[in-house]
Amino acid sequence: MLVLEDVNVYYGAIHALKGISFEVNQGEIVTLIGSNGAGKSTSLKTISGLLRPKTGKLTFNGENLATIAPQSIVAKGISHVPEGRRVFANMTVIENLELGAYLRKDKAGIKEAIKHVYGLFPRLEERKSQISGTLSGGEQQMLAMGRALMSKPQLLLLDEPSMGLAPILVKQIFSIIKEINASGTTILLVEQNAHMALSIANRAYVLETGKIVLSGDSKQLAASEEVRKAYLGG
Amino acid sequence: MDSISTQIFQQIINGLSLGSIYALIALGYTMVYGIIKLINFAHGDVMMVGAYSGWFAVTVLHLPFLPALLFSMISCALLGVLIERIAYKPLRNASRIAALITAIGVSLFLEYGGMIVVTAQVRTYPPVFPDTRYILGGVYFKYGDIVMLLTAVVLMALLHFTVQYTKVGKAMRAVSYDKDAALLMGINTNNIISFTFAIGSALAAAAGVLMGVYFNTIDPLMGIIPGLKAFVAAVLGGIGIIPGPMVGGLMLGLVESVVSGLGASTWRDAVAFLILILVLIIKPSGLFGKNVREKV
Ligand SMILES: Nc1ncnc2c1ncn2[C@@H]1O[C@H](COP(=O)(O)OP(=O)(O)OP(=O)(O)O)[C@@H](O)[C@H]1O
Ligand SMILES: [Mg+2]
Repeated sequence: MLVLEDVNVYYGAIHALKGISFEVNQGEIVTLIGSNGAGKSTSLKTISGLLRPKTGKLTFNGENLATIAPQSIVAKGISHVPEGRRVFANMTVIENLELGAYLRKDKAGIKEAIKHVYGLFPRLEERKSQISGTLSGGEQQMLAMGRALMSKPQLLLLDEPSMGLAPILVKQIFSIIKEINASGTTILLVEQNAHMALSIANRAYVLETGKIVLSGDSKQLAASEEVRKAYLGG
Repeated sequence: MDSISTQIFQQIINGLSLGSIYALIALGYTMVYGIIKLINFAHGDVMMVGAYSGWFAVTVLHLPFLPALLFSMISCALLGVLIERIAYKPLRNASRIAALITAIGVSLFLEYGGMIVVTAQVRTYPPVFPDTRYILGGVYFKYGDIVMLLTAVVLMALLHFTVQYTKVGKAMRAVSYDKDAALLMGINTNNIISFTFAIGSALAAAAGVLMGVYFNTIDPLMGIIPGLKAFVAAVLGGIGIIPGPMVGGLMLGLVESVVSGLGASTWRDAVAFLILILVLIIKPSGLFGKNVREKV
């Protein structure tokens, strides 16, 4: 479904992704783990078009993403929940959700999608008229995810959904991610919380300073000496 | 009614008329600032072009007031989009000061380019309204004043509705808050920025036409002082916040006409800029602004 081959991305002179290759297949949960500054967010931004690869191949369902305008990538079926949630804090919960469906024209479908999101996150329904800037961190995470689901994506990119959340909420969010996946959405999950990420993912890639250093089945990786030492605290 | 209170009412009417013009210009300032964080110093000059387009529509095309107003608004909407695409868009990732200097350049270009096209000569605005006056309790309501106020109020209401309830309005708010996040929603941010310039410039054009009607004369440098005053109004209300400049503009208009009414009309401009200085010192975010809202 999603294929990256030898992708190089730069911020000016900084070489942030150094020939990265990985793929995500239909129906999977794939996780990208790594420490601060490894290039995880950069990878997601490259997929959703906020950044452009200098060289390398980037395709989604066989289509070259590198030439598609960032605002049109959503229409291809990729939705990105950015690091730090980035909800529109000056707008209400419902306005945020509506913006998530910006490219959709089917009124009935949008209504349906809002219902679906409320089903996943009942808390959002209770707070639908609240200005999002006043939501708690956890609620903002739910809103960011709900907003991304409004476009009915085939592939959902999640950047550190557990960041700054209490353990119980992290568990809840991860079980919802599983639920979203079970209902047919493929997921690419970026996490620093390697333990949680490996526990729900089918496969994983380990990123270190812009390069993929390990990859494989998440259970095997979780059991491997290297990963346990570096990312699972022994 | 005794003469002092009629005097006061008369000044309030005058102040509101003038203030609604400031408010219209200030709205454009604040919209553009809200969306690309640029103080568009050419905004007052777009108003001047609007005044001339209106003049052209009335005297050459012989259009009545409303069609002339529309003609002027549409011409300036196009001008605004052109200015944004040619002068500001290439600088979107440049430093703010570079964009600001460019805006001053555009302003000078319009002023002195305008002089070449229409000459520096002051022109008389044709009387578009009948000279009817209504007297209510000793206070004069000129037909023109009423139309002006109404026009301004209708345009502001339309703007408020657009920004608050339409899809494109929501997109404008999204882009002004976080461009990358807006892109992720599938919003074409370039189009939304152009649209914002179009609306802001159309409002300035409307203000230009009303200005011509109000003061009877227009000239290529007529945009400078009202442009600065509208900037004061925008800062007073809180730049970047939609209802702010409306109130800021009306207040400024009232203050000015009260100062004039007290017989100190030479102090009018000084008072306007004194307000700017005071606001910047006491509450830089304006009357409606929250002090410092940094995004994390
Ligand atoms: N806007 C930018 N300009 C310059 N360098 C950047 C920029 N954004 C990221 N980088 C650099 O690119 C590298 C990868 O950053 P990235 O944000 O992808 O890391 P990350 O793996 O998501 O880290 P974290 O877990 O802390 O979010 C880092 O060295 C970072 O300093
Ligand atoms: Mg990151």
